Amino acid sequence: MKYMLMIYASEAAENAMPPAEMGAIMQAYGAYTDALVKAGALQAGERLRPVTDATSVRVRNGKSEVLNGPYADTQEQLGGYYIIDVPDLDAALVWAARCPSSSYGTIEVRPIWEM
Amino acid sequence: MGDVTASADAARWAAETAARHSYGKLVAFLSRRTRDVAAAQDALSAAFEAALQQWPVQGVPASPEAWLMAVAKRQAIDAQRRTATSDAATDDLLLLTPASTEDREDADRAIPDDRLALLFACAHPAIERSVRAPLMLQTVLGLDAGSIASAFLVPPTTMGQRLSRAKAKIKQAGIPFKLPEREDLPERLDTVLEAIYAAFTQGWSDPAGLDPRHHNLSDEGIWLGQLVAALLPNEPEALGMLALMLHAHARRAARRDASGAYVPLGQQDPRLWDTTLIDAAERLLHQASALRVIGRFQLEAAVQSAHVIRRFTGHTDWPAVAQLYGALAELTGSPVVEINRAVAVAECEGAARGLEILDSVADDPRVANYQPYWAARAHLLQRSGAREAADAAYAQAIGLELDPAVRRYLQQQRNGL
Repeated sequence: MKYMLMIYASEAAENAMPPAEMGAIMQAYGAYTDALVKAGALQAGERLRPVTDATSVRVRNGKSEVLNGPYADTQEQLGGYYIIDVPDLDAALVWAARCPSSSYGTIEVRPIWEM
Repeated sequence: MGDVTASADAARWAAETAARHSYGKLVAFLSRRTRDVAAAQDALSAAFEAALQQWPVQGVPASPEAWLMAVAKRQAIDAQRRTATSDAATDDLLLLTPASTEDREDADRAIPDDRLALLFACAHPAIERSVRAPLMLQTVLGLDAGSIASAFLVPPTTMGQRLSRAKAKIKQAGIPFKLPEREDLPERLDTVLEAIYAAFTQGWSDPAGLDPRHHNLSDEGIWLGQLVAALLPNEPEALGMLALMLHAHARRAARRDASGAYVPLGQQDPRLWDTTLIDAAERLLHQASALRVIGRFQLEAAVQSAHVIRRFTGHTDWPAVAQLYGALAELTGSPVVEINRAVAVAECEGAARGLEILDSVADDPRVANYQPYWAARAHLLQRSGAREAADAAYAQAIGLELDPAVRRYLQQQRNGL
């Protein structure tokens, strides 16, 4: 089954991290991505730019409204994602727990709606 | 005419027996590969309907279980043909097609018991906690949503929605039907045991069995506990939980007097305790302790053991009870355990020592509206002669109590101050 691991973490907290700590996290992400590839689980994955670069769009009464900023104004922001293909939810949860951001942020695991 | 009726009764009886013994096994088997519990249940109820129509005419088949499964499988395939619109559904269909080798083997051997896998799926941490026990009762025992709803004091439509949401989540989120990996087993087994125990205590709250909504949930909890203990005979906590439930169940007849009044454990007549159940509980506990891994349920069952010693010696082994609650407190850090420990320590070392322990948890927000805390406090204050404080604590306990019989007992205690 395919799952999306959505990586939520506080951008403010990440910005406040000492460079050495951030460097260690990025290194851990490299190793984590490699492990996903070696397991044959990785389908896709990207890191997202901060929410200050986000723009939201919606159409109301035939008029499109463009808003500065992310969809939800919360403590934690969506910072990236992986799409993985694994046998079941337990396997997806194990990968989510290994994701470096899980130790200070939250990884939401959502099954992909198969078309 | 008489024969037809008799055979109809026999067929009904055979179908009911098969339902009791095989329902969960068949649901588990049918849904293991497709993960579609709801579809398995639908197919199975159609199979039971067919059994009730055909068995009285054609006779009860040699293996009712195999017959039911064959019919349920055909039913499931037909249902999927009717709704098959996507590739995923076609895949499920292929899995269930009787022509597959696996199915030909099924016909020759006993149906594998996947109920444990089903219990683990129902108790998966991804399933909302409050629906785990109801989901087990429905999928493994086949209880209908309406009776589960009333037992859990929830409107039937709400319970129905929660159950179908949970079944949809099992299917859509890919919750596996399997025993967890070795390193996850203790934690996941705890969740299964906790849900079963929740079902048991739900029935326990009506000891007199006066409320028909609760009448069999204790039995059903014990039935599930026996199933888990039988399927995992080397898991000490599974044995410990079953021992705990049997100990509690053994005292059922003693919990109310002839007039329906509440009788606290210390004043129960040991002759009313069910010795067969107590002996079974003691054997289980012994078996569990031989496995040498202690846990919450074994300790709680051991507390019950220390209480039932009274049937031989005439008094409760309070030092043992206090010590066991001490171990439980260390293991769980629960204020509820501390309340029980306070009562046991007071029996050994006097009310003042018990009150000290109660004071140590008094600031915990979890005890502020917890009836047993106030009842214990009232009791110990009464014993130490603090009448006014005891009166206030009884008032608080009475105000928090749900069970009218216990409320009356507390009122009598308060009036006797």
